[in-house]
Formats: sequence, C-alpha cells, structure tokens
Amino acid sequence: MAKHTVHVTVNGSPHEAEVESRLLLVHFLRDVLRLTGTHIGCDTTHCGACTVLLDGAPVKSCTVLAVQADGREVMTVEGLEKDGQLHPIQDGFMQEHGLQCGYCTPGMMMTGYALLKSNSNPSEGEIRQAISGNLCRCTGYVNIVKSVQYAAEKLR
Amino acid sequence: MIPAAFDYHSPKTLSEAFALLERYGEEAKVLSGGQSLLPLLKLRLGAAGHLVDIGRIPGLEYIREEDGHLKIGGRTREAALEHSDLIRSRYPILADTAAVIADPLVRNLATVGGNLAHGDPANDHPATMLALQAQVVATGPKGERTIAIDKFFTGLFSTALAGDEILTEIRIPVPPPRSGGAYIKLERKVGDFATAAAAAQVTLGADGTIQRAGIGLTAAGPTPIEAGEAERFLAGKKPDDAAIKEAARLSAAATSPTADRRGSVEYKREMARVLTARALRRAVERAGGK
Repeated sequence: MAKHTVHVTVNGSPHEAEVESRLLLVHFLRDVLRLTGTHIGCDTTHCGACTVLLDGAPVKSCTVLAVQADGREVMTVEGLEKDGQLHPIQDGFMQEHGLQCGYCTPGMMMTGYALLKSNSNPSEGEIRQAISGNLCRCTGYVNIVKSVQYAAEKLR
Repeated sequence: MIPAAFDYHSPKTLSEAFALLERYGEEAKVLSGGQSLLPLLKLRLGAAGHLVDIGRIPGLEYIREEDGHLKIGGRTREAALEHSDLIRSRYPILADTAAVIADPLVRNLATVGGNLAHGDPANDHPATMLALQAQVVATGPKGERTIAIDKFFTGLFSTALAGDEILTEIRIPVPPPRSGGAYIKLERKVGDFATAAAAAQVTLGADGTIQRAGIGLTAAGPTPIEAGEAERFLAGKKPDDAAIKEAARLSAAATSPTADRRGSVEYKREMARVLTARALRRAVERAGGK
C-alpha cells in the first residue's frame, strides 16, 4: 500500500512525515511525533481521551486518519503551556481537583479550551453539554465543571 | 485498533472522485466525516481497499434556502447544522436531530450526507428526512439525479446510491406557513444509538386541522421506517389527544425492532408509540396549533 507524505502543523510547529494510509492521527501524534500527552482510551470513538483540536475544533483523534490532517493544524495538550506558564485551563484542573487518575484530563482540557474560545462565560449546562463526549470515571464531573469555570474566570 | 491496510485518495474535484470510484469499483468506499466508516474499519466489521476522501472537494458544505427548498450540502457537518441560525429558527426538527447525534466531538466531523448514505436504520437523520419528505441528490459521472428519501433506503446498510455516485445534496421542500416539526430520541447515554426515536412534521390548515403529517422512526426495523398509515390517518384531523394517540398506535404497529441490550421488541415498540405521540405534540405546538 502506498505511503503518503503529510505536512501537519502541530502546536505551531510544522512536521513532515511519510505515513501509511491507515495510520490514525492519535498514533501519528504519539508514535511518530512522540507527543504522548494525548491518550488512547476506548479506541472506539466513545471516551474522548484522545481529543485534540483539528483546525480549532475538538475531535477524537482515534477516529481521524493522519492523512486527513495533511495541510491542517493540530493542537494537543502539549500546546497549552506557554513559556513555562500553565494555561488557565490546566491551572483550573489543578486548583479545582478536576482529576483523580488523570487519564481523561488531556481530552477534557482540550474540549474545555475549545469551549472557552467560543464562549467566554459558559453556564454549567453548556459546560456539561460541551464535555458530554468526554468520559471521566473518577470525578463525577463536578470538579471538572468547576475547573472549566475557574479557567473561564481567569480568561475573562 | 488498527484497520486492515487500504489506500487513501483525496480527489480535489467530483470528477476525480468519480474516476476513482469507477476504477476501484467494489473495493472503494467514500470517506466523508469518517465517524461511522473509520470505527467499522477499525473493528474490522467492514473492509475497503481504497478510501476516497471527499473532504478536500470544495463546495459540498452549505446550508441555504433556494428555489423553494432548503439545500444542505452532502458534506455539511452536523455541528454546522446544529449551530446554524437558519436551521434553529426555521427547521427546529433538524436542530433537534443534529443535537442528539453521537456527541459534540463526533459532530465536529460527522456529516449529514454520511449519516444518510451509511444506510444505518439506527442513525438519526433518516427518520427526520422521511418526515420532511426530503430528496437526496446523487451525483455521478453521468450527472446528477434526485432520489426521494422514501426510495433511498433499500436495506440494512444499503441505499439507492450506485457505486460511482456521491450524495452531494439534501433538498427539503420549504414547509408552508403553520408547519412545525420535532425529533425526540430515547438514548441510554450521550453518544449511544437510539433505543427508539421519532420524527414528526405537521402542517396545519387555517381551521387548525392537519393538512399533512410526516412521521419517521429510528431504530425501528431493518430500514428507517415511515409511518405511512399514521400519516394518512392524521390528514384532515384536528390534532387533539385522541388523534395523536391513534397516530402513535399506528406508528408503533409499523415498527419491527430487534431486541438487543437497549431493550426487548415489546419495549422498543412501546417507546416508538410514546415518542411518536410526544414528537407529534411538540410538532403541533411549533406549528402554532397550541
């Protein structure tokens, strides 16, 4: 099977790689670029642990081919921190105990980050709706909602 | 999980896409949003030698009213439909539907055309499109043809699309004044397929009677179900409790669900009845009936 050369901008840096057609975006990020902050959870499009932003929109990177990201921009959890400063969404999860095991956290933060880009003052309902494709088995979501609210306040 | 090997093609025009579909025949699959196809390939429930990605063909994502129709480009993403002001204000049945498809992350990639062309009776748009009497535009190497939605679903996971055709547009007749619609879905949790769901679209006459009713049912049989008998029963009736109750009973009688983890046949049929009644009531309310 033919390989394809892809050019993907990840967290602002351009990358070029030869990939097999069937390579999933999450494997491209983790195995080719060694950006292992993006987690693989269910691997069946349910849990959202693998959430990254594709041209600004949160998507499940286990259900996108790396070749589909050719010429596009990807942002992963590694792109949140700038110059040693945590992004307010990261700070929020720390301050509000938005995690226990941490497995869902990268995906939760990417979805929360994208929500706050389009809605600077989301209601609890809007936050819960936005993260309804990201599953957490530890927190019961209460502290995750608080973490996003914390970030919203810091960003305003 | 890693899909079996395939090759990937990203045509820039529809004619390039048709040429690829012709060249690879049964080996080829159209990749739209990929939110149904990629999970199938990963689980190896399906296989394809060649994926033809229509995501790089310009001009297939739009929502507009034109020539008496609402026209939705085949590759329009569910998220775009869900957040469209035109859809929210004029076609709440479609906003209802888009908002309950999978989850918000999936809806950023999943497309309306894909939801129909996949031919899955558990998908949500088919019922809505049946209620709205939509047409789909199938474009192929010889040009385009329109297919009435009630002729589109030919069997489980199969449609009237030919192997070298692509679903490029959905056309919905602009509803007359005093029309309203609703889609109500019962799901175990966000992201699940429907246990049962009902779409209802009604147009009321000046005297308040129902001029036309459209009813579509999700996950109610081997193909999406149009409850024709219930639709005909409602025509000319006042949308009162007795009429809605009888229409809901007729709708449930038209279903042939299968038992699975979501419920027994009896439960699903009963839910189809309850949801049809609720969708009809909301549709009538939105049509200004009461």
